[in-house]
Amino acid sequence: MWVLVTASFLMIHLIPGDPVRAALGPTAPAALVAAKRDEMGLDDPILVQYWHYLQDLFTGDLGTSIVSQLPVSQIVSQRLPATLQLALLAFVVAVAVAVPVGVLMGVLTRRGHGRRTELAFTTTSVVLGIIPDFLIGVGLVYVFAVNLGWLPVAGNDTASAYVLPVLALAIGPAAILSRIIRVEMVTVLEADYVRTARAKRLPARTVYLKHALPNALTASLTLGGLILGSMVAGTVLVENVFAWPGLGSTIVSSILNKDYQVVQAIVIVYGATVLVVNTLVDVALALLDPRSMIRED
Amino acid sequence: MRRWTSVLRTPLGLAATTLSVAVLLLAVVAPILWTDDADAVDTGNILAGPSGDHWAGTDNLGRDIFYRTLVATRLSVELALSATVIAVVAGLVLGTAAFLLGRRPGRVVSAGINIAVAFPGILLALFFAVIFGVGATGAVFAIGLAGAPAFGRLTQTLVAGIASRDFVSAAQVAGVGRVRILFRHVLPNIAEPLVVNATISAGGALLAFAGLSFLGLGVQQPAYDWGRLLMDGVQSIYVNPAAAFAPGTAVLVAGLAFNLFGESVAKALGVGVVGGIPALPRVPEALEAEEVAGEVHHQHDDVVLDVRDLEVTFPGPQGPIRPVRGISFAVRRGEAVGIVGESGSGKSLTALAVSKLVGDPGRVDASRLELLGTDLRAADTRAQRQLLGTSLSMVFQDPMTSFNPTQRMGGQLAEVARHHQGLDRKAALGRAVDRLRSVRITEPEQRAHQYPHEFSGGMRQRAMIGMGLMGTPALIVADEPTTALDVTVQQQVLDLLAAIREAEDVALVLISHDVTVVGEVCDRVLVMYAGKIVEDLPASDLAAGARHPYTRALVAAVPDMDTDLDEPLAVIPGRPVDPADVPVGCAYAPRCPLATDRCRVEQPPLETDAAGRRVACWHAGEPVDVAIHDRAGSYEEVEVP
Amino acid sequence: MNDLRFEDVTVRFGQTTAVDGVSLTVPAGQVVGLVGESGSGKSTLARAAVGLAPMQGGRVLLDGAPVPTKGRNRPLQMVFQDPYSSLDPRMSIGESIAEAMPRGGSRAGRRTEVERLLELVHLDPTRSGARPSELSGGQRQRVALARALAGRPAVVIADEITSALDVSIQGAVLNLVRELQRELGLSMLFISHNLAVVRYVATHVAVMHHGRIVEEGPTAQVLAAPDHDYTRELLAAVPGNNQGSRTPR
Repeated sequence: MWVLVTASFLMIHLIPGDPVRAALGPTAPAALVAAKRDEMGLDDPILVQYWHYLQDLFTGDLGTSIVSQLPVSQIVSQRLPATLQLALLAFVVAVAVAVPVGVLMGVLTRRGHGRRTELAFTTTSVVLGIIPDFLIGVGLVYVFAVNLGWLPVAGNDTASAYVLPVLALAIGPAAILSRIIRVEMVTVLEADYVRTARAKRLPARTVYLKHALPNALTASLTLGGLILGSMVAGTVLVENVFAWPGLGSTIVSSILNKDYQVVQAIVIVYGATVLVVNTLVDVALALLDPRSMIRED
Repeated sequence: MRRWTSVLRTPLGLAATTLSVAVLLLAVVAPILWTDDADAVDTGNILAGPSGDHWAGTDNLGRDIFYRTLVATRLSVELALSATVIAVVAGLVLGTAAFLLGRRPGRVVSAGINIAVAFPGILLALFFAVIFGVGATGAVFAIGLAGAPAFGRLTQTLVAGIASRDFVSAAQVAGVGRVRILFRHVLPNIAEPLVVNATISAGGALLAFAGLSFLGLGVQQPAYDWGRLLMDGVQSIYVNPAAAFAPGTAVLVAGLAFNLFGESVAKALGVGVVGGIPALPRVPEALEAEEVAGEVHHQHDDVVLDVRDLEVTFPGPQGPIRPVRGISFAVRRGEAVGIVGESGSGKSLTALAVSKLVGDPGRVDASRLELLGTDLRAADTRAQRQLLGTSLSMVFQDPMTSFNPTQRMGGQLAEVARHHQGLDRKAALGRAVDRLRSVRITEPEQRAHQYPHEFSGGMRQRAMIGMGLMGTPALIVADEPTTALDVTVQQQVLDLLAAIREAEDVALVLISHDVTVVGEVCDRVLVMYAGKIVEDLPASDLAAGARHPYTRALVAAVPDMDTDLDEPLAVIPGRPVDPADVPVGCAYAPRCPLATDRCRVEQPPLETDAAGRRVACWHAGEPVDVAIHDRAGSYEEVEVP
Repeated sequence: MNDLRFEDVTVRFGQTTAVDGVSLTVPAGQVVGLVGESGSGKSTLARAAVGLAPMQGGRVLLDGAPVPTKGRNRPLQMVFQDPYSSLDPRMSIGESIAEAMPRGGSRAGRRTEVERLLELVHLDPTRSGARPSELSGGQRQRVALARALAGRPAVVIADEITSALDVSIQGAVLNLVRELQRELGLSMLFISHNLAVVRYVATHVAVMHHGRIVEEGPTAQVLAAPDHDYTRELLAAVPGNNQGSRTPR
């Protein structure tokens, strides 16, 4: 977290040239720029600036937007819920699709079974997994909004407006996740303890669901966490496709407007979200896997 | 090199390779041919839809979008490749730093990499885009540096994998410096996966670049790449969908091509593809002799396991492989039969085959395979499962991996009773505790609530035996049950198996590579070589009464506590038979001191003598100087595959 | 003379002490067998001696001087357990051996030396261009021995060098070890979990248990009249050693 906060502090100072001059434009009078610099404390020594920055951060003061003059914390708190909604919904959809599909495919393609199924599945999932979410988004807009006119293109006013963005965000990760689960499932089905379970002559369903699945999931979870993290970030592009009023569309317009206070705050918020997600995954992993619990003692 | 060309043999690989080459060609050629067409402004024809003149319509200056898309190939590919180069170089530096710097600084670097990897690439790219400013150069650095941590971690993992191998330790011990080790030993061994991943990340970079340009953070007017065209196209998607469609498709095709090319190469370099399972013709000549042997054993009514002409076949890259080539034996109630052989002799597959555990794509054939008189060749039914689940118990080699790590021990034992004996949860757990106690596990009530990793290796192996005793087994099949254990623990497990056999009159099939272990525990020993039984003799005859030269050499080659210290050990020249390449005639002939021309042509049958002992050798019992020194000036032949 | 002395060597990994104040001498021209079960610390002791594991205490001395664990000149060489992992698959066996030779000397001289070493371990010297993948496990272990000898070591440490090999090949490698030791007068620390193997190769034996040496002495004496309970337990566990105690049916 400290790394993140410091990095975003340094980010502003690594920008070549004067951020205030850049934000106000080349035509702004020098006096105005100087006043603004003074207000932001940019002329203080760097360590003093860093200290003030940390102090402000702890009190929840994220500064003021140079462009809109609104407090940054207000902008962030307005925009954050829409982004979180989108990411979480998409994650739920992705997991709900990926787990059953991955398990089923794992069972169907174990030990050289179903070579055609495997080929079809891997090809489809590789392709779907590679296509970036904003392209899927554009494609979905074209088919469902422009051509068929079934669903709205932009905004988040109605329930139906959620469908396309959530899909755009969920399809890729669902494909990747189901692929990972399939591979884990196939690996786990080769494990000695699954052979033991078969030697106990348990019914196939018990072998798959009771002995294979929990182990396949613990192995998939680590990667699943990375995927959730990247979904949070993926909102940046998808929000821009669908004009979703969240953090992602804000950060891009802020970068273009050189509104660095806002950019800085949003980078921190995104980064923090990713960190929280990773921590949650670690905790979940510890709860699921008895071996890691012992290590904690 | 042959493995690389095999990429072209899969349809996906071929398509991906063709497309990648086409994209690269287009990147070179398109700007030369069509720059003029792409820049021609036609103000009378603004934002037109697709037509014969303009296949993908025109933009807001009336420029042809199709040509612009083609010309944009070069810039898009160039930018993606530059970003990839940055990512790869930075990643290599980061990834090898840990190896070069040594323990502590290395740990700091890898911690840094791990934090950066957990951070999504697009966020890093945005972060760097802010620092480097909006524009193509900034975006190249942004995407390149954002890709570096992932590549660094990959490199680091690969380097660590190689660095832990003994040949790196050996080079260190020989005094070779770290940098030299990195370039001579480590990098050459990880080059392939690195190249493959660089290709995949080139595809990724292409797509990421399109993303940044699409957001308006990449290429700026008047230059254009696919992402830029796409951004403009989407704004007019209602007027002319083709304007978004053309660059979108281009990005997709190129990105997929690089990605899939990388993936196909990765797959081709990995495991070879296994074909179908055609049935091999049976081997006829050996059958008759073994038929007789089968009859001899089948005279007893108390036969627990009766196996005749057992064969196990696997599909291989050059046709089917048959590691078990027609073996027959029977095990009587309470009898302990040992199966010895070296790796590749087929002994473990024999164990799996008689327990119906040879999984796909293996194939088991036999003219008879009966457990307690029930034919196991019949289809899998509930009744058969119940019989196997309660009457046959298995003990596997590695107790560390043979239990489900996420479930408690008690539950794993109780499961058997719940499924096959219909006990309820509580009764089943009670029986599990009782069985754990019977295999001398102290405090079984507490132990039943623990997870496998809380048990020591020896305890797990005893618990595994206890699990086999949940039913009322007539036969225990133990496949190298003590190989993974220390000698002192090994003795406890062997003693336990012997005690159970005494107490419950259970038959035991013990598979081992160790003649001394088998000789100590078993009544009768089957010696396997190259998928066949070459000798079947009482364990007490092992030391002095063996007739097959292989058995005798095997006994003499292993030092025991009585070995003469002044004599060299017996040596079996050559190497064990590869199941994929079994010689004609007697498979042991190439290594055998008694071998004659007949042995190299004609396979000896397994013949039974009056005492019921069996041996398959044309020269059985002939005297042989087992202490063959390999010093007689001859070298072991260096074989070229 | 070349005698190797461990003085109060201690190796810790985090909280666990793998080697706990071990003192042991390998006398010049002798083979000392080191036995113990997995986790007893015997391999760690070996790795510490050649600088592959960090020592927290004690010294390893060769003829009274500390053994160098840095730089080109390494009088202490080691042969590893797994011949499938101890040779670089991308180097010919000749290159692997040559890499371990002292610097200097002509190209032709190095080639002659590689051939001499291959011959010493009974491999065909004309096949120095072969890759490890073309060799069997036993042949690879011979190459590993040749590489260890290439550094002209005063002492060789052999760490479980036969346990990854098939039984029919083990004997040949053990014969070679005895022969090389006798012909070259090598001092050797021979690590194994197998008492019968140690009995066959070693003149002295040391028994390691939980990171400590619990008993040591001339092999014949220790095996005939063990002092420590753990040694007795080990001896009783050797398969075939207590055949009389049980009556096979």
